[in-house]
Amino acid sequence: MADNRFFSRDEAQAITAKVLGFSRADEARVNLNSTVTGNTRFAQNQVSTSGDTRNGTVTVTSAWGKRVASATTNRFDDESLRQVVETSERLARLVPEDPEYLGELGPQQYAESSGFFESTADLTPEQRARAVAAVTRPAQQRGLVATGFLTFSAGSQTVATKRGLFAYNQSSRVNYTTTVRTQDGTGSGWAGSGHNDWSRLNPEELAERAIRKAELSRNPQAVEPGEWTVVLEPTAAANLIGLMMGSLSARNADEGRSFFSKPGGGNRIGEKFLDSRVTLWSDPSDPNLSSSPFSNQGLPNRRVTWVEDGVLKHLNYDRYWAQQKNVQPTGFPAGYSMRGGTASVEDMIASTERGLLVTRFWYIRAVDPRTILFTGLTRDGTFLIENGRIVSAVKNLRYNESPIFMLNNLETIGQPVAVSASESGDVSNPVVVPALKVRDFTFSSLSDAV
Amino acid sequence: MNRREFLVQGALVTAGLGAFGPEALAAVRPAARVAPGADPAVRELAMRALDAAKLAGATYADVRISRNRNQALSTRERQITGLSDNETYGFGVRVMASGGWGFAASRELSLDEAARVARQAVDQAKANASAQLRPIVLAPVESYPDVTWASPVQVDPFDVSIEDKVALMLAANEAALGVQGARFVNFNMFFLREEKTFASTEGTFTHQTIYRTFPRMSITAVGNDEFQVLQSTDVQPMGLGYEHVRDSRFVENAPRWAETAVKKLTAKPVQPGRYDLVLLPSHLWLTIHESIAHPTELDRIMGFEANYAGTSFIYPVENFLGQFRYGPEIMNVQGERSTRGGLSTVGWDDEGVKPDEYLIVKDGVLNDLQTTREQAPMLAEWYGKTGQPVRSHGNSYAQSWDDVQFQRMPNVNLLPHPERDVSLEELVSDVRDGILIDGDGSFSIDQQRYNSQFGGQVFYEIKNGKVGGMLKDVAYQIRTPEFWNAVDLIGGKSTYFLGGSFFDGKGQPSQSNAVSHGCVPTRHRRINVINTGRSA
Repeated sequence: MADNRFFSRDEAQAITAKVLGFSRADEARVNLNSTVTGNTRFAQNQVSTSGDTRNGTVTVTSAWGKRVASATTNRFDDESLRQVVETSERLARLVPEDPEYLGELGPQQYAESSGFFESTADLTPEQRARAVAAVTRPAQQRGLVATGFLTFSAGSQTVATKRGLFAYNQSSRVNYTTTVRTQDGTGSGWAGSGHNDWSRLNPEELAERAIRKAELSRNPQAVEPGEWTVVLEPTAAANLIGLMMGSLSARNADEGRSFFSKPGGGNRIGEKFLDSRVTLWSDPSDPNLSSSPFSNQGLPNRRVTWVEDGVLKHLNYDRYWAQQKNVQPTGFPAGYSMRGGTASVEDMIASTERGLLVTRFWYIRAVDPRTILFTGLTRDGTFLIENGRIVSAVKNLRYNESPIFMLNNLETIGQPVAVSASESGDVSNPVVVPALKVRDFTFSSLSDAV
Repeated sequence: MNRREFLVQGALVTAGLGAFGPEALAAVRPAARVAPGADPAVRELAMRALDAAKLAGATYADVRISRNRNQALSTRERQITGLSDNETYGFGVRVMASGGWGFAASRELSLDEAARVARQAVDQAKANASAQLRPIVLAPVESYPDVTWASPVQVDPFDVSIEDKVALMLAANEAALGVQGARFVNFNMFFLREEKTFASTEGTFTHQTIYRTFPRMSITAVGNDEFQVLQSTDVQPMGLGYEHVRDSRFVENAPRWAETAVKKLTAKPVQPGRYDLVLLPSHLWLTIHESIAHPTELDRIMGFEANYAGTSFIYPVENFLGQFRYGPEIMNVQGERSTRGGLSTVGWDDEGVKPDEYLIVKDGVLNDLQTTREQAPMLAEWYGKTGQPVRSHGNSYAQSWDDVQFQRMPNVNLLPHPERDVSLEELVSDVRDGILIDGDGSFSIDQQRYNSQFGGQVFYEIKNGKVGGMLKDVAYQIRTPEFWNAVDLIGGKSTYFLGGSFFDGKGQPSQSNAVSHGCVPTRHRRINVINTGRSA
């Protein structure tokens, strides 16, 4: 079906066939992406900037033997396509051989993915302005100041090779985040969510959540940094679990430069390294985790269980490392989910004698890759829990902590929900995780930032 | 040939330049020097967009047409792992209509598409204006009807053959691997050339060619169940050409970096506590970036970035400008976009303003803030009181044609000691119990820029005025005002060095800005140092 917003399957087939027709190299792969994106930002209770863009890129990877290079353009007339093929071929002639290049893939079987929604692809500036007003009006009525960002991306991704591989996928993703602050700057509350389907987001509910947190977070009290029991809302939990998901390279582990390296050599697959309630997986076919069923190389992405009952089941083997180790390449679907429990955040608060409730984390940066230790700060809704209830807002704290330690110190696991886990609020991978109650979480200092 | 074909062909002539080898280059080299703004067809496209915007009801409009070319090379040990050459070409139109902003962009460079995109931006502005509470006022700007600017490169990186680049990288890797214990080496190079045309309804038409070059080695030493990484942060990204790579002498320096990585394996874990810190410019630029340059962005201060990048401890501005003591009297911090080789250096910003040099901190006191045309009027009272005109500092930037421009930091520099040329030796000589930090490492700071934590590449003990053995697992935690007021001495002009960030994120959607920070080494008394090592 033709679609004037981005390339349909037929158009993608025609363009990739044309590009491959220009190729003279031993191997060639075409990556064709086309997108429509739109966003609206707001600050001081009114729209600040917005934008709508159409773009597309074609990347050609050419190989002469094991000499490989790629070139990209966003121009699609015949001459530009011919030129981008020639550029990649000329560059490939000039580079030394890449001994790890395995050639391109032939036809593959892919899982179904249903990550495209018209509701998202059709989101107009007028609809976005109404969704903004759903937050700014109630905020203004309560004397608060709302800031936020509504953004979507919809488009198609295509991979085709000279060996006959053709993979096409359509996807869409929308993210809505808002930070509501008090006029005097002593309180700040955040709420956000992301989904493939715009109709699943609820601006009124986001507004209510952010407004409530802003009002509750006024005049935060100082507490002593140190080891705390924490109730991490799902976004905060995802902020940290995602760091471990980014450290799953089998090769780094085998090379001795990863937490997953085994002392004396090899990796820790098969070892129990987390609380036995922890199970983590990726699955491009799960409607809540929909993502591309193939990688940039056209390698199938399928369901992968990374951790099961606390045991490391898989690390990510790329094609080369899989061949070296005589295993199947893993694939690396975008997004992940963690198995939940039955507790609500309220239950976790009620069962806590003294602890902190954390809405989200910010400025998360690696400190020590040996332990996946990161630092960062709480932000936009941090509260003191005493005797089973929230008693006050608290000043933000800096943590120095690892998801490894955190997932070994679990007390209670909540119900999984879809979150917006990227710090930037940009459209990002689907993440569905529960709230967590964790003991001995390490905070190293206080911050005066609100 | 119609206009559309002309545009497409014009693009093609220069599109594949530079990487093809000497013969191809000789044939097309002259075209490489011509920015797209010089092309009458590009001017016509720009004018069509502005006319269509005005016709649709815009009270202000600007258009940016840009072609970004980049090349990324990556190697590990004795092999190449990636080579890509990328180009993106398109235009974006920003308009004000009914009091609201609108922005739309497209990769299709035709006159009809220029008019369509301009109308789309106006429609969007009108949709946004429905909930407008306050009018937007733009500071006055001079018009520059036809001006050009280019980064001062000696060697265009896209003119250097791939063979030369790869040979240099593999030779440097080999030199590093020659050091016992250095197990893995990554060497990446990234080059950018942006050819950008800007036109506005204020009568300005600029075309600029901007270059940036970023070479970086990372060496991993592996010991007994332990690994340590060293990055070549004494070579910083610059707004220069390939001469920056050659001048940095990677092959000659690689063994020294590799030896340092190996030594880190056996460095002594730091004892947590309070120490005097001597911070070298290769490290300090990042602390300046986070704790001075970001909190003095006026859009953050006014709450425009509250949902992501954050706000600032500098609020409300009237309580801070002219009053807040950032640091000692010897501290002067300058904003500018004119330093040769600076990453943010340009002729005109992305709303046609010629950037000026200004003092953000003057004799230790907060003196000015970073602005765009929309923001300068927010400081009208301060400018009136101090006898300065209300004008933008020229700090507007967008990372590409498909992103809207907004306030981004210029090069923000800590100027040398105002009175004498203080040496590094002098800074160290008066330290009894301290740590010297070289190179930028881990960094994290809160959303109002109070509390931050910085690591580094290499740490050395200072005992009784002498630099001693290496330490590891060092990070310092600060609160911005106390940290800068704990400075008692800074380096003189001969210690000045330009560091910088190639990928500074801000905005939603997040955009990347490149910015340099010139600085001298500093000495800070009694700063809190933690040990970041934990056992798993």
